[in-house]
Amino acid sequence: MLRKISMVCLILICFLLETSVFNHFAMGGIVPKLTIILTSAYGFMRGEEEGMCVGFLCGLLCDVFYGDVMGFYALILTYIGYVNGKFSRIFYPEDIKLPIALIIVSDLSYGVLCYILLFLMRGRFDFLYYFTGVILPEALYTIVVTVFLYPIILKINEKLDRREKRSA
Amino acid sequence: MSPVVKRKGEKFTLPSKYLLLILTLICILLMLLSFGTNVFEKPLNTSVGYVVVPFQEGISKAGEWLANRTEELREIRELLQENAALKEQVASLTEENTLLQQDKYELNELRGLLQLDEQYGAYDKVGARIISRDSGNWYSSFVIDKGEEDGLTEDMNVIAGGGLVGRITATGPNWARVTSIISDNSNISAMTLVSGDNLIVSGDLKMMSEGVITFSKLVDSGNVVVEGDKIVTSRISDKYLPNILIGYVHTINWDNNNLTKSGYITPAVDFEHLSEVLVITTMKQVVEDADE
Repeated sequence: MLRKISMVCLILICFLLETSVFNHFAMGGIVPKLTIILTSAYGFMRGEEEGMCVGFLCGLLCDVFYGDVMGFYALILTYIGYVNGKFSRIFYPEDIKLPIALIIVSDLSYGVLCYILLFLMRGRFDFLYYFTGVILPEALYTIVVTVFLYPIILKINEKLDRREKRSA
Repeated sequence: MSPVVKRKGEKFTLPSKYLLLILTLICILLMLLSFGTNVFEKPLNTSVGYVVVPFQEGISKAGEWLANRTEELREIRELLQENAALKEQVASLTEENTLLQQDKYELNELRGLLQLDEQYGAYDKVGARIISRDSGNWYSSFVIDKGEEDGLTEDMNVIAGGGLVGRITATGPNWARVTSIISDNSNISAMTLVSGDNLIVSGDLKMMSEGVITFSKLVDSGNVVVEGDKIVTSRISDKYLPNILIGYVHTINWDNNNLTKSGYITPAVDFEHLSEVLVITTMKQVVEDADE
């Protein structure tokens, strides 16, 4: 129960930070995707199911406020959560390389998917520009934020793990 | 034994691939539904609005405050250096100022001729504050702190600083989403003020980093449109009120077909530093379909 509450709280906090606070710290108009960090972190820490749930909820929030089509971001983030969940078997809390790599790849694939579905379909072919102008800076900024955000998510997860072990 | 049903006593769990399938189906269903109807949109917009918007309002105010403070600290240092340089500039600027004042008289006269001010004043307007921006770095839309309860509905025009910002594309009880004209998915029917020729103004993510948006399909048969000309919303647009300033022609080129022109427009609004906007509550008059 506590886990679910903390999950919903984290989703809300990340979404709010992403849409309000980080706009003031946007670099060249690029804002880091905290929701992707959260989705991917829940994926490889807790497995496919929770990754998917977090992704779905984060995506749905984005959809309600900013999506043209309901369910578009929800679908992409659900899959990101699912794929990251596949890596939960080789995840160790002490190892920082795997999470960083997974979050970079998640953010890059999110960017490429958005480009293909939102821009390429409308005849904007200059992939190189969008890659270097939007996708790559977003991924880099996201990684910088990950370095601060990920340990917090990990700590919360470890706390909850210990609590559950005690009560079990 | 089926993978879904487990032995008695064990907790009922769903294998993750089935959950993935279910969530995928829900998403696709939502997408299909939101193409055709907006059954889901209203309750979702309402419930999410009440949970998230109050936080967004608070955070955006706090964030603004923080950003202002850091800005101030940095500025103090810069200001000291600038002060010396500025004093030197004052002399040259005083001279320039007199020249500008002359220009201003001319501008006011021209404005009076165009009667632009008069037309803006006639519309009812509501002020609103921007509380969050699109986090996906692809489109430029933002959320304002007024919604249906303040009488806002979809397709209302939004202006700021005398220029067009965009229009409302979604509403909740206490919030509304504004899609700006610089957003890559926005297209506006516009016209030039000098000749009244129609053109299409489209937002462009690629050009926005240079501070311009694109226009196309300008039939300039008289060859009168030049750089610096005003572009306003056209009378035939079905979403935008006529004669709202969009921006000024930045560059203009012939298309390959030698019939139409296209180029770039500098928007009249500073989208980087937008914090308050005006929503025009007067709607564009639309011709109702006979069968509706």
